[in-house]
This record gives sequence, C-alpha cells and structure tokens, in this order.
Amino acid sequence: MSGKTLVTIKGVKDGLVFVLDDRCEWESLLKELENKLDRHGRQLSGPAMQVRVKLGRRLLDDDGKEKIRDIIGRYGNLLVESIESDAEGPPVIPRDNLPLYRMAGIVRSGQTVEHDGHLLLLGDVNPGGTVRATGDIYILGALRGIAHAGCEGDDGAIIAASLMMPMQLRIADVISRPPEEWVSEDSWMEFAYLRDGVMEIDRITQLHRFRKEATLSKGV
Amino acid sequence: MGEAIVVTSGKGGVGKTTTTANLGTALAMLGKKVCLVDTDIGLRNLDVVMGLENRVIYDLIDVAEGRCRLVQALVKDKRFEDQLYMLPAAQTKDKNDITPEQVKAIVDELKPDFDYVIIDCPAGIEQGFRNAVAGADKAIVVTTPENAAVRDADRVIGLLEKTHIGSPKLLINRIRPSLLKRGEILDVDEVCQVLAIDLIGIVPDDETVIKHANQGEPIVMNPQSRAAIAYRNVARRILGETVPLMPLEEKEGFMRKVRKLFGMG
Repeated sequence: MSGKTLVTIKGVKDGLVFVLDDRCEWESLLKELENKLDRHGRQLSGPAMQVRVKLGRRLLDDDGKEKIRDIIGRYGNLLVESIESDAEGPPVIPRDNLPLYRMAGIVRSGQTVEHDGHLLLLGDVNPGGTVRATGDIYILGALRGIAHAGCEGDDGAIIAASLMMPMQLRIADVISRPPEEWVSEDSWMEFAYLRDGVMEIDRITQLHRFRKEATLSKGV
Repeated sequence: MGEAIVVTSGKGGVGKTTTTANLGTALAMLGKKVCLVDTDIGLRNLDVVMGLENRVIYDLIDVAEGRCRLVQALVKDKRFEDQLYMLPAAQTKDKNDITPEQVKAIVDELKPDFDYVIIDCPAGIEQGFRNAVAGADKAIVVTTPENAAVRDADRVIGLLEKTHIGSPKLLINRIRPSLLKRGEILDVDEVCQVLAIDLIGIVPDDETVIKHANQGEPIVMNPQSRAAIAYRNVARRILGETVPLMPLEEKEGFMRKVRKLFGMG
C-alpha cells in the first residue's frame, strides 16, 4: 500500500471527481482525504464546485457516506453531488471489516482450508496442505505448505506465520517459492506481503509500517 | 473382546506387511491370541512373509461371499501353539470385490475370539484402504525417515482423523543410524514434529529382516536382531507397558573392537 495514493482528485468540466481507493483501510482513507483537502484547500477556494465521489467497489453504509460528506463539506465551496459505488461485480468489503475465522488443528497433506475473510489457524500447515483466504492469513504454528492470502485479488493481504517454511506463498495473483534465505529456523514470527507486486518477507514487528494502522497504546 | 489395529502407511514399501507380521508374532510370543488379516487383495504377501503360503485354502473373499465359514479360512501358525492365526487375502480378485462393510463384519466376528486382530492395509488411499480401515479400532501409521514417505503418512493421518479411528500412532521404520548421524535423512524429532501424533516405536534398518522374510520367519523370533528388539518393544507398548525408545547407535562389541584394532573392521 505504501506509496500508492488512496485519494485521486480529477477535474472534469462540470466539477471535480474524487476517486477513493477501494482496498485500503477505511481509517487511513479518511485520513488521506483530510490531508489532501488540507494541502489543496487553498487551490480549491473560489466558486462553488460540484463534487462526485467514486468509491470503486467499496461498500459504504449511510454513516460512512455521512463522514465523507462531512469532511468534504468542511470546505465551503465544495458541494457533494453524489457518492457512487461501482455497480458491476460483487461489492468488496474493506479489509478491516472482514470476518475473522479461527480454527485449531493441523492442515495435513492433501487437505485444504478455505475461508471468506481473515483466517487465524492455531496449528501447523504441513507440506502438501493448503490454506486459502480472501483476506489475511495468520498462522500460530509452522507454515510448511501453501498459503494463499487475498485469493480474490486483494494484493494488500498478508500471510503471517510463527515459523515460515512454506512450500509456496501466494498473495492475490503473485506466486512465490521461497528462496533458500527465507528458510530460517529462527523463532521470529514473520509475515509476507507484496511490495510493488513482489513478494517480500519481514519480521512481524515491521507489520505496522506496512499497514499504517492507528496504534492504540494505553498506559504510560 | 479383542482390539482391531490396522497397519497402514499410504506409501508402498515402507514395511507395512513386515510390521504386521512382526507385531502379530511379538504379541503372540507375549501370550496374546492374535489374528492377522491381509486386506491386500490381488497382491497378497503376508502369508509369504509368515511362511504360511502353502497352507492357504480359503481366503477373505471366500469368507465374504459365503463359500466357507470364517474358521475354515483361518490359517494356524503351528510355531505358536494356539496363539497366532492368519486370514489370507485373495490373490485372483481385486480390491473392489469386497466392501468395507463386509470387511468390518469379518473383523467384528474375529474380535470376540482374539485379543488382537492386526489388519495389513494395502498401499494407497483408495478402496483397499477404506476396506482395511473399516473394521479397525486403532491404527498404526508406518513411515520411513524420507520426505516422500512422511508426506504420504501425513495424508493418511489426515484421512484417519476423519474416520471413527481418530488419531493414529506412528511407527518410524528402517532408520539407518549411519545416515542419521550424517544428517542425510530426517531424524525422529523432525518426523514427529511434522506429523504431530504419538510415537509408538522406532525400528532400525536391519538387513537380516529381508533374509528372515524370505525364509518365512518373522525377525522378532531372532532375539539377536535389533529390529526384533524394536518390534518387541512396540508390542509391549501396545499392551500398555512403558518402554523407553531404544538407542539407535549400535554398541561396539568386543570382537569388533579387536578387529578394528587390527584394521579389519
């Protein structure tokens, strides 16, 4: 997700079109929208302008739409004319709203576990076993088989495992066989993600940099 | 009421038949009444390994199709008084000529008369496997310390876990200590880590096993062999005893040390 713009503003002859990314986290999308408007607020002053918001394939309830109207409405000259979701194709639920499916057990050779949403596996995936999820895959155990995260095309999905020794990793359409240097038997929990379409592996402590999720820390 | 144990592996050639023959014989030597059942229809060889080939009259299919009574088909091993029997598989039919229900009925009929019914399963996961598993209460999965065998064992464990049998026990066969020491084969811990089921025994590779099988005399009858001791240990564990795993390193005998001294070892 790093480096990719979440909000694109285009000028058309009867106003402006805001194209919002449909795969990123909802919170970071709102933040980005605020930032963009802050930065370009001056340029946007002047006569009232019609704004059409395009959500891509993201599905929003009325609350969410209200939030977007609210943020854009802070700039007096911008009038939200419409908020559109793409009608074609099934709506994509944003990743942070996907259900988490938790299961305990060993996925053995020849077995496949599939799930719509995020998958939390308490156990191992053995060589020849496959786990597949439309969202993220988290494995508290050894990943020795095949894991396919974002199997319906979400290239921002990740695969995390306590022991990362996979036969194959797949995120969205990218398939990668681990080169020798990945096979580290040290006990660091690692995660796999796509950076510019290339599979990368990093320690789990680096995940927050990739996801840029709001950190909630309590206490001193 | 006896207990039916199926010996299976997925992959062929890892020692299912040898294990069946030796565990059965070891249990008989420990005073239990045992019946071995060969379900490898079309490729039977438990009778060969047991040295009972020339005494087969009826077989499993004959019993299933009612051409004889069950007791008529049982072959008695005269080396063990009244302790050890075998029900041979048919050689002229194939695995689809009998159903899991028929096998289960036969095993259920055997169980009241025996302490243990040991079922030799064919390689593969098709009909033959389903036949063998149908009547069993417990399962022993045999593997060797090779990746291919461990993969297949894993597959079979997955299938067994979905049946009434549940989690099987693991027997790691044909471990070669010299290769193990050099790290050229998987070690026992690695295999156990991947398969994650209880280990019931480890059996070192022993060339005399082949000789004994060819002579139709299970290796357990020869107390000099390390494989024999390993199989006896497994039999005792089946009976519920706690027996420590045997060390894989062979102790050097006195004569061997002397020979080594003179550069002949």
